[in-house]
Amino acid sequence: MANSGQNGLDKDNGVSRRGVLECMTWAGTGVLWSILGGIPSSLGLSEALAAPQALTPFTFLQISDSHVGFDKAANPDALATLREAIAKIKALPKTPSFMIHTGDISHLSKEKEFDDADQLIKDAGLPVFYVPGEHDLLDDEQGKAYLNRYGKGSHGAGWYSFDQDGVHFIGLVNVVDLKAGGLGNLGSGQLKWLEGDVAGLSSSTPIVVFAHIPLWTVYPEWGWGTEDGARALSLMKRFGSVTVLNGHIHQIMQKVEGNVAFHTARSTAFPQPPPGTAPSPGPMKVPAGELNKFLGIATVHFVRGGQPLAIIDTPLAS
Amino acid sequence: MLTRARPNAPCHSIWRPLFLAPPLVALCGLVPAYGIAGRAHAAEAQAVTANAEAGVVKIGNFTFSPATLTVASGTTVTWTNDDDIPHTVAAKNKAFRSKTLDTDDKFTFTFTASGEYDYFCSLHPHMVGKIFVKAADAGGAS
Repeated sequence: MANSGQNGLDKDNGVSRRGVLECMTWAGTGVLWSILGGIPSSLGLSEALAAPQALTPFTFLQISDSHVGFDKAANPDALATLREAIAKIKALPKTPSFMIHTGDISHLSKEKEFDDADQLIKDAGLPVFYVPGEHDLLDDEQGKAYLNRYGKGSHGAGWYSFDQDGVHFIGLVNVVDLKAGGLGNLGSGQLKWLEGDVAGLSSSTPIVVFAHIPLWTVYPEWGWGTEDGARALSLMKRFGSVTVLNGHIHQIMQKVEGNVAFHTARSTAFPQPPPGTAPSPGPMKVPAGELNKFLGIATVHFVRGGQPLAIIDTPLAS
Repeated sequence: MLTRARPNAPCHSIWRPLFLAPPLVALCGLVPAYGIAGRAHAAEAQAVTANAEAGVVKIGNFTFSPATLTVASGTTVTWTNDDDIPHTVAAKNKAFRSKTLDTDDKFTFTFTASGEYDYFCSLHPHMVGKIFVKAADAGGAS
């Protein structure tokens, strides 16, 4: 207001600076996915909060990599930041239909970690669909604890599919039976199941695939990819809209290839460095007070009618 | 201790590889064969001096070091996880497999049969290492 006498150029500068700041804010919250006809796009959380009446007949939410139990320097209290994420979800102007969690619910697969996570996540009051991360299969029986808790009605190591409002959702497991020197792995059994799962679907059915490790190769040097991910994606070539949602790398990364849109969500626990920018993919310590800008949730909107999915990444700090 | 340096300001981490790169390139360009051979030799020498009772592998920055350790048969090797993230130590041929090693956790295994043991972290399979076990000819412990 003090600048009201200034010319349009300054005004433009003000707007673009704000835009930049909003982009920066994304770098730390969550992802709100909106299915708008078939292709995903992402918006800042602040926009989502500001425009609650947008055309969003159907939205769902993605959270990832809660790592409940993690207490190291990068985030001494991963439960507290999950609590913040859930509070953010509860504050959304439009209640999502459900939530997906793309794995690493716990840090060490301890019963208490799962209990604590469940207790908090339940508080959001939404149905939750899980897939495991490698940190969820660390019990002595290598995944039995996860399956007992989250695997009802699933196949194999925990994969399954379901339909919601005309969208076919597929939860895949790519963190089991990993091979030395390799990446994430789906395995032939799961691929066979997948082939049968999508066989009867019309090619116009929007597909949303979610799994922990990225199904596309982000950075093999750090194991960020899935060995047989391309085989899974080839089974979906004929579909007009495929959205792939992953976690694992604790940062947002997006790519569109033909009809397939890829997106990874932030963690609610700690950030990891961009590929190749650090000696290892270990937890990235950010300056005090900055952590919440690197954590977040995602909301996805679906609007029938041949438009893209709108994905809104929302940082915990905004 | 080196790994403790990792959680520093991210920009530091970002730039470090750039500073490291030129000297490495220069070294390889000048004396590549010497560099590689010298390194392998050093690892072996270290294993020998570590004696036939104890071998040590550190897990840090998502790497096993040394990546290849040569020991005499009968040696007990100890892996210690210095990372903030859990890892495992799993032999490709299933000869051994640790439980999940959280920060500072250790795993030990005594190698009684000579041969090559390729292993990896079952959580982060791009992490690989090798234990080369030689017949106990030098030490002759009985």
